[in-house]
Amino acid sequence: MTATSGSASATAFVREAAETPATDASAARLPGRSRTSSRLGRIVVWVALGLCSCAFLYPLVWLISASFKPREEVFDNALIPHTFSPQNFVEVWQQLPLLSWVFTSLAIAVLAAGLAAVSSSVVAFGFAFFRFPGRGLLFGLVLGTMMLPTAVTMVPQYLIWHGLGLVGTWVPLFGANLFGSAFYIFLQRQFYLGLPRELFDAARIDGLGAWGLFRRIAMPLSIPSFVIVFLFEFQASWNNLQGALIYLNGGSPSSFTVPLGISYAMTAFSPTNGGHGDYQFVMVASLLVTLPMLILFAFGQRFFVEGVATQARKG
Amino acid sequence: MSLRMTLRRREALAGYAFISPWIIGFLVFTAGSMIYSLVVSFSRYDLLTGSISPAGAENYAELLQDPKVAQSLGNTLYYAVLAVPLEIIVALALALVLSRAGRAAGFFRTVFYLPKMTPAVATASVFLILLNGNSGAINRFLRLFGIEGPQWLVDPHWVVPSIVIMTLWGVSGTMVIFLAALNTVPRELHEAASVDGAGPVRRFFSITVPMISGAIFFNVVVLTIAAFQVFDQAYLLFWRDQTNASPSSSLFYAVYLFQQAFRQFDFGFASAMAWLLFAIVLVITLIQVKLSNRFVYYEAEARS
Repeated sequence: MTATSGSASATAFVREAAETPATDASAARLPGRSRTSSRLGRIVVWVALGLCSCAFLYPLVWLISASFKPREEVFDNALIPHTFSPQNFVEVWQQLPLLSWVFTSLAIAVLAAGLAAVSSSVVAFGFAFFRFPGRGLLFGLVLGTMMLPTAVTMVPQYLIWHGLGLVGTWVPLFGANLFGSAFYIFLQRQFYLGLPRELFDAARIDGLGAWGLFRRIAMPLSIPSFVIVFLFEFQASWNNLQGALIYLNGGSPSSFTVPLGISYAMTAFSPTNGGHGDYQFVMVASLLVTLPMLILFAFGQRFFVEGVATQARKG
Repeated sequence: MSLRMTLRRREALAGYAFISPWIIGFLVFTAGSMIYSLVVSFSRYDLLTGSISPAGAENYAELLQDPKVAQSLGNTLYYAVLAVPLEIIVALALALVLSRAGRAAGFFRTVFYLPKMTPAVATASVFLILLNGNSGAINRFLRLFGIEGPQWLVDPHWVVPSIVIMTLWGVSGTMVIFLAALNTVPRELHEAASVDGAGPVRRFFSITVPMISGAIFFNVVVLTIAAFQVFDQAYLLFWRDQTNASPSSSLFYAVYLFQQAFRQFDFGFASAMAWLLFAIVLVITLIQVKLSNRFVYYEAEARS
């Protein structure tokens, strides 16, 4: 029950991007009882949108501002720095091994996202296209694992990687992605189910085997859903603090990922740890790790819409 | 007949081959891990020697006696009770406003979504200062209205609400799901109701809420499960620095579990904690499912 309703909303989530503009137009033509009440309504909506935007943007604008402040002014909470200190952006590279953090995080995120996208699409194809005994039950299990708290498997998974001698390496941070991940399997299965069946039947008559159907037809057509999974997992990996704490915390700071590194910098430069810390560097580092995510989002939004538009056309 | 049998068997084999990565992963990383975790929770585990010896229910007995377990569970429950309804209300309100924004909806959706893209470490490092009781922006804003804000991150009573504020800043994921659900509500229903004289409030509660009850239910379940696992913000703001004493009201269940597992390396105790968490989350989810049968409207049922 839980899993089914979950799946419905998740598809809706993906479909949403393509559908929003169309329905917005009809929403604008609300049947107001009189012209004045609809104008009032519109004013309320715009004021609400403006206020909410301020609330959501303020911390980000403040972060940008704080990263330009000299050490003494970081805590003054002014939105515009009294003194501009762009040298923060130069000095941060000497103060923190930021470059190696970014490299480590980037490598792990690419591996994690690539593996998750490939393995999940293979598994999803199996669930979408072949009939076999136990399919419904197994797919129910896939959905069920989405609801499992990560804490339950945290310790035994650590013991697995410990047993393999891989604690302290990058492997535990992407290794499990080799086996597909529930939400992505679900997402890509939905996408495959939207592809026209005749395409596959024709190819099968032409003598294409199961792997050929996947490799030559399903994969090229499902690039949008592949990109969606890649972006989702890239973000999850880039932000993964707990995993890095478990598997990389024992090493030297230069071997940290970005989230672990900033967590380390927050302690090292903390104002409570010996007076006025160089917290401006924490701000610069925080800004620098947020920017790739914002760029990813700017770039990814198009793919959400595309992925969905393909699906909607099949409709 | 026999040809069809072999074809069918071939198809089944291909299907199993394609899903085999997931089956292996499930057996090792999910089912196997869960069983092993249950075994460890009834054992004494020594990481150095890798030796494991049966301990009966010792870890669970310790669990009940450890005041920090009860404390962290209480804090986490308090957080869930506060955060989940607020997240639902704020996300739904934002989605409603967005659904009326016309052509600008895309732009504002992007703006609202940016916090969701911000890594937890960056959020924590910013809110650490914004929530400062004396000079922080949030209390300065409250002062404009003559309200003297609390010492958010210092006063034990305000620690959990502080984390709730940070959670609410990233509420847009939930909002997006509501937005999608709102788009499925047929316009004609609203039009017919307003012809019959139903005002916007009445229409909201009699049409919108029942029509999107599936999405509300989904979000409540998912957010509740997430609330019991809150880790990043509590760890970053309070437990990152092991030399510092933090108020006990900031000890979340997932943080204490993490400390027991990966700071004390008491795997038996941590596994028992994990299973207690699993049991609690399972019971709460089942209750929610039971309740949902009464309140959730499924389109498919109505059609058939």
